[in-house]
Amino acid sequence: MELLWYIILMTMLTIYVILDGYDFGAGIIHLFFAKTEKDKKAVTNAIGPFWDANEVWLIAVGGVLFFAFPTLYASSFSGFYLPLMMILWLLIFRAIGLELRGQIKNRMWEAVWDKAFGIASLLLALFFGIALGNIVRGVNLGMVTDGVSTHEPHFFFLPLWNSSFSPHAEHLGVIDWFTLMLGLVGVVSLAIHGANWIIFKTNSDLNPKLKKVIFNLNFVLLALVIISLSTWHIIDPNPFRNFMEHPWLIIFPLITFTGLFGLFKVKSFKKDGLGFLFSTLFLLGGLASTVASIFPKVLPSTNDVNPSLTLYNVAAHDYGLSIGVYWFVIAAFLVAVYMFVQYRVFRGKMDDVGYGDH
Amino acid sequence: MEDMLFYDRMQFAFTITFHYLFPQLTMGLSLMIVYFKWRFLRTKIDKYNDAAKFWMKIFALNFAMGVVTGIPMEFQFGTNWAKFSELTGGIIGQTLAMEGMFSFFLESSFLGLFLFGEKLMGQKLHFLTGFLVFLGSWASGYLIIATHSWMQYPVGYEILENGKFVLNNFGALFSNPWLMPAFLHNQMGSVITSSFVVASIGAFYLLNNKHSEFGKLFVKTGIIFGLISSILVAFPTGDWAAKNVAKHQPVTFAAMEGIFETEDGGAEIILIGQPDVENKKLDNKIAVPNVLSFLTYQRWDAEIKGLNEFDESVYPTNIPGLYYSYHIMVGLGTIFIGLLLIAGIQLYRKKLYTTKWVLWTLMFMLPFPYIANTAGWYTAELGRQPWLVYNLLRTADGISPTVSSGNTLFTLLGFIGLYALLGLLFIMLAAKIIHKGPETTKHI
Repeated sequence: MELLWYIILMTMLTIYVILDGYDFGAGIIHLFFAKTEKDKKAVTNAIGPFWDANEVWLIAVGGVLFFAFPTLYASSFSGFYLPLMMILWLLIFRAIGLELRGQIKNRMWEAVWDKAFGIASLLLALFFGIALGNIVRGVNLGMVTDGVSTHEPHFFFLPLWNSSFSPHAEHLGVIDWFTLMLGLVGVVSLAIHGANWIIFKTNSDLNPKLKKVIFNLNFVLLALVIISLSTWHIIDPNPFRNFMEHPWLIIFPLITFTGLFGLFKVKSFKKDGLGFLFSTLFLLGGLASTVASIFPKVLPSTNDVNPSLTLYNVAAHDYGLSIGVYWFVIAAFLVAVYMFVQYRVFRGKMDDVGYGDH
Repeated sequence: MEDMLFYDRMQFAFTITFHYLFPQLTMGLSLMIVYFKWRFLRTKIDKYNDAAKFWMKIFALNFAMGVVTGIPMEFQFGTNWAKFSELTGGIIGQTLAMEGMFSFFLESSFLGLFLFGEKLMGQKLHFLTGFLVFLGSWASGYLIIATHSWMQYPVGYEILENGKFVLNNFGALFSNPWLMPAFLHNQMGSVITSSFVVASIGAFYLLNNKHSEFGKLFVKTGIIFGLISSILVAFPTGDWAAKNVAKHQPVTFAAMEGIFETEDGGAEIILIGQPDVENKKLDNKIAVPNVLSFLTYQRWDAEIKGLNEFDESVYPTNIPGLYYSYHIMVGLGTIFIGLLLIAGIQLYRKKLYTTKWVLWTLMFMLPFPYIANTAGWYTAELGRQPWLVYNLLRTADGISPTVSSGNTLFTLLGFIGLYALLGLLFIMLAAKIIHKGPETTKHI
């Protein structure tokens, strides 16, 4: 039962990253590449009717985490207190930037909310990458000092950084050079993903330029992936053990690299949705590979005193998990119907929706 | 430790109070928009569709505010109340996860369609999307109050040796006797807020001689919805909810009614007075004898236990706060009924639109349903203190053990600053929509 909910949760998380990922990416593109009013309109039109529903996936992931793995929810949300609060504030800024920009026709007003939307999107992509880095690196569970736990073995607290910025320090911070690197992977991969979405959903004049941007950023992404993989042993001496034991898991890294290398052909794609498909593959494969490398751990311990959190020692009781499956199946079916309706009504190019004019 | 608890409570209280200013309007307003849309489908008179469209703009703004301030609520269970989440997540996580899966997806998917899809879908489907948004928002309220009810009156659980609460009866979460009264009471409160907002803006248009056609429609609709809901909020739902408190939380009941001593031959109902908890008495009291006994047990001489019957360790933490919250809610509720009755009579006599003082009063009533709803929630929440899970888990034992008070104060200050900005922007944009007013459909 724990395993089933683990798979459900990870699937939902992946869906969230793919969906809200293109929103964040569109924000990054908006910040750096959308110069004219028409370009900006194209970017916001592309995500207009979707971003709100995409964000609901985050709430749903939070809810399912709370319900199925309450100990993990309690431990990680209190331990990553500061970065989570900042994510909340950024989400607020991003949302009001999008919602309020079109309410008043004034250049200063628009400039402020454009920047709020763009910068918040960029920082969110960075923070989500850093979050992934923290999860694979692990934390000092129980806040062990000199070999003694100062708190219950599943609780911890991380400041934003420590003086050494090292993933090896006894007292870790949320941001160190390793997690920051994954943060950059987040920014670059979501920027590519967002650009692909804009190409997919609009006929904007920006599109030819975006194809070049994707092509160039893809080199940066490849470099970052290579550096990450070659330094990964620093936080996990044997990251490939699960892949050795269960060779079928290799499919995830294969998906990742299919996505990554496929995007180098972006300039010759005939269909506009193809690029989006490849960046989706990259995100899906990358996330799944990372999570699979630490399985069944969900939050590794960096000390020898307290055991890592695994999906088995953080789950709720069996009865609740079993009964949850019933309502979840119904809810998931309904969600699929809503999404079908939503993407059907707003199918095709979004150039004339006029989002923000209401 | 004391500071940690204090800041955690302040942050939750501040963020939830601010958050609930928006859903209380959207839940009621979605019902009224569905009504306008339905009238339009029935009569084909454009005025109703234009009214629905106008209120949709206000709805969309409030909905966006509700969403952005709502996400922090879900996060804070884990960030600030980690021990509580760990111990009870297997139970309240059920209802909170269901809220996300069942109502938020419904609301957000169909709100986009409702706002942008009128031309794409045709009128009947457009009505349907509006109805689904209404359904989603009320389902959200239902599941939140199911969570709240479990904390007030825990059911369907057992406690393991390690202190964890484990669900053993899923159905009990929804047949909880606390749930239905609290839900209906809350929803009626929400309809009151939306009724007064609609009526107040209608009165503003009438007094200002602008959009008078809509002004009349808004005032009339607001008064009718408001009169029905303000009666239902008191009876039967409020009465029913209060009886639950009397039965299951007698010490809370005594504190909120301001009863320090058990009286022989029936308890009086306190209308006005200031509780002096240190000396266990009520100053400047105005009360009506025996009425509380009758309202609670339908017997004039029924005994109501005063605070003197309970140990101080189970006293609600903030007795004056609880007492004032409750009395503000009930007092305002009574004023609402009185005012709406007068307005209703004038409406029936077809004199309402010329009775200036009623219109002025309606216009200035705008903030008061918000105050009444907030006071109602403070009654429920302060009434449960010092417990998170009534009689089972103390609030002090539920906070995050590793988050220092300095970090919580930092984020509390951050929220205060951010929400002040949000509030300012909200008022500015709402004023802009109201100033512009409803637009009439032009037939070419």
